[in-house]
Amino acid sequence: MISFDKARIHRVLTPEGLSLPFVVAPVGDRLSAFLFDTLLIIGATVLAGVLAALSTLIGMEEVGGSFAVLAGFLLWNFYFIYFEVHWGGVTFGKRRAELRVISRDGGPLTAEAIFARNIMRDLEFYIPVMVLLAPDEMLPEAPGWGRLLAAVWLLVFALMPLFNKDRLRCGDLVAGTMVVKAPAAVLLSDLTARGTGSPAERPARRSAAPQAALAPAPPPEEFPFTRQQLDIYGIHELQVLEDLLRRDDQGVLDGRILEEVCDKIKTKIGWPRERWNVPPRRFLDAFYRAQRALLEQKMLFGQRQERKRG
Amino acid sequence: MSEFVLKSAQFRREREAAWRELEELLARLEKGGMKSLTAAELHRLPVLYRSAISSLSVATAISLDKNLLDYLTALVGRAYMAVYGAKRRTGEAIAEFFRFRFPWVVRRYFVFVLAAYALMGLGVLAGYRMVRADPESYYSIVGDAEAQGRNPASSTPELRKILYSGGEAPLSFFATYLFTHNSRVGMLCFAVGFAAGVPVIYLLFTNGLTLGAMAALYQTRGLGAEFWAWVMPHGVTELSAICLCGAAGMVIGSSLVFPGRHTRLRNLALRGREVALLAVGAVTMFLVAGLIEGIFRQTVHDVAIRWSLAATTLVFWTWYFLFVGRGHERDLSR
Repeated sequence: MISFDKARIHRVLTPEGLSLPFVVAPVGDRLSAFLFDTLLIIGATVLAGVLAALSTLIGMEEVGGSFAVLAGFLLWNFYFIYFEVHWGGVTFGKRRAELRVISRDGGPLTAEAIFARNIMRDLEFYIPVMVLLAPDEMLPEAPGWGRLLAAVWLLVFALMPLFNKDRLRCGDLVAGTMVVKAPAAVLLSDLTARGTGSPAERPARRSAAPQAALAPAPPPEEFPFTRQQLDIYGIHELQVLEDLLRRDDQGVLDGRILEEVCDKIKTKIGWPRERWNVPPRRFLDAFYRAQRALLEQKMLFGQRQERKRG
Repeated sequence: MSEFVLKSAQFRREREAAWRELEELLARLEKGGMKSLTAAELHRLPVLYRSAISSLSVATAISLDKNLLDYLTALVGRAYMAVYGAKRRTGEAIAEFFRFRFPWVVRRYFVFVLAAYALMGLGVLAGYRMVRADPESYYSIVGDAEAQGRNPASSTPELRKILYSGGEAPLSFFATYLFTHNSRVGMLCFAVGFAAGVPVIYLLFTNGLTLGAMAALYQTRGLGAEFWAWVMPHGVTELSAICLCGAAGMVIGSSLVFPGRHTRLRNLALRGREVALLAVGAVTMFLVAGLIEGIFRQTVHDVAIRWSLAATTLVFWTWYFLFVGRGHERDLSR
């Protein structure tokens, strides 16, 4: 069945016995990477054609013609193979979309697997496209229903990634590979350790962050949360809050959102009215720290509270 | 202040330097390859990788810092690729391919290769006998595009001329065109194996059919031997390459239909990788065939030399596929 679940995890068992999680690349990313690569190929083919045309001006049309045919052949058949072998499963388009080809069983990605997965592209993409665009050339003597049948049959191959959860296309099936997300993750400073580590340990910020964000977090006495107040939210909410605070650090968050969230939390946990007017960021920092401390402690005792209660 | 430090934050402070070091090594490795690391750094890499793995398993147990978990997962993933996805030098891999792996994989799937030859041979025989029995059937076997004016209505001198004409196209262009066109057909043979192998059988058979029909046409005009002298110098290589691709397609088809001990998916992945080698080898054979057909055949018109080149290629490929790289079988099946 067609499925569009957000992030499917494929686990690879390393020789060390750890199961490494890889996020299966979403179809949209795959498509954008493929389109980007295809545009590059088309651009390079056109360039080769222009060069061949120029070669006739200096009377070397034979060399130019061979060059254009050979360049077209190499580009359309070996572009993916060359870069995936050379860069270990990455092409220009895949790098841009932060994708990478891996071997499904966790072994090394061999050159033959890369060949296998890319030779199948003909069947999956180029031939269906040609049948759809120029049916007369591809199937000269076939009756109308025959063409329809061929088109449907080929579409099944082309759309194969939509019909399985690991987003495998025919080439991935034949080669035992799959495409996963390979994000260039950046380690940001720990929100709870703010002000405790030396500034040199922190990564340089790209945008000028507000000074308030870098100030030391408030001491726990300032916001004495009770156990009941902290028992309400779960891991999911904690990590949403983390994302919010980090976006605030990068200066890409509307200040009002922070206020709204702050008010929502205060209402939910029954924060005393007489202490309602506190700076939102200061409150949220303290709440994040207290909440994470409790949830991590619970986790050590084997209780993972994923979601909020009530 | 310091009395309120989370276990996870403390854990991070102890390990972070090692992660940063690994990150820096990986960035250089991914950009510049093995050469960009010193010997000491290369030794350090697996150590740091293992430490990052243990960090990740500790972190998933004690930390809820999502940024940290994402970072470690990505870092370990990258390090894993660097440590286990180690690729050799391209030159070495190519040399190994031609000296061992290509002939090995041909021998490994010898039954399929023979079956491909048999199918094509059957096609040749059928086409030949059909046209000998009824010359008119030539038109239904050989399409206009393939015939290029060679049909039962052509005169004998016309047919003869094709065997010895230089052709209008410049030589290198013709050779390039032949190579690229044939390679595409060969790779297609591999790809359509995915449809349970049925189209492969059809492609192999019709290929033979066309050849047989043309041979019959030339035979009726007493040009049989000259026709084969025209086909075979490049044909031995080219037809073999087509048969290898066809064999690869049949292996893929049969691994889907008869999965054996493994699941279909796993079996397909296992076989698919191996027979991809057949397709790659076939592409290089098409290159050789294209050069022979595009340059040698257009310039050398002596029948005896044509025959001797055909015989030479036949001996060469037979020797290459049957004897080269023997004794390395165990190292190669991975």
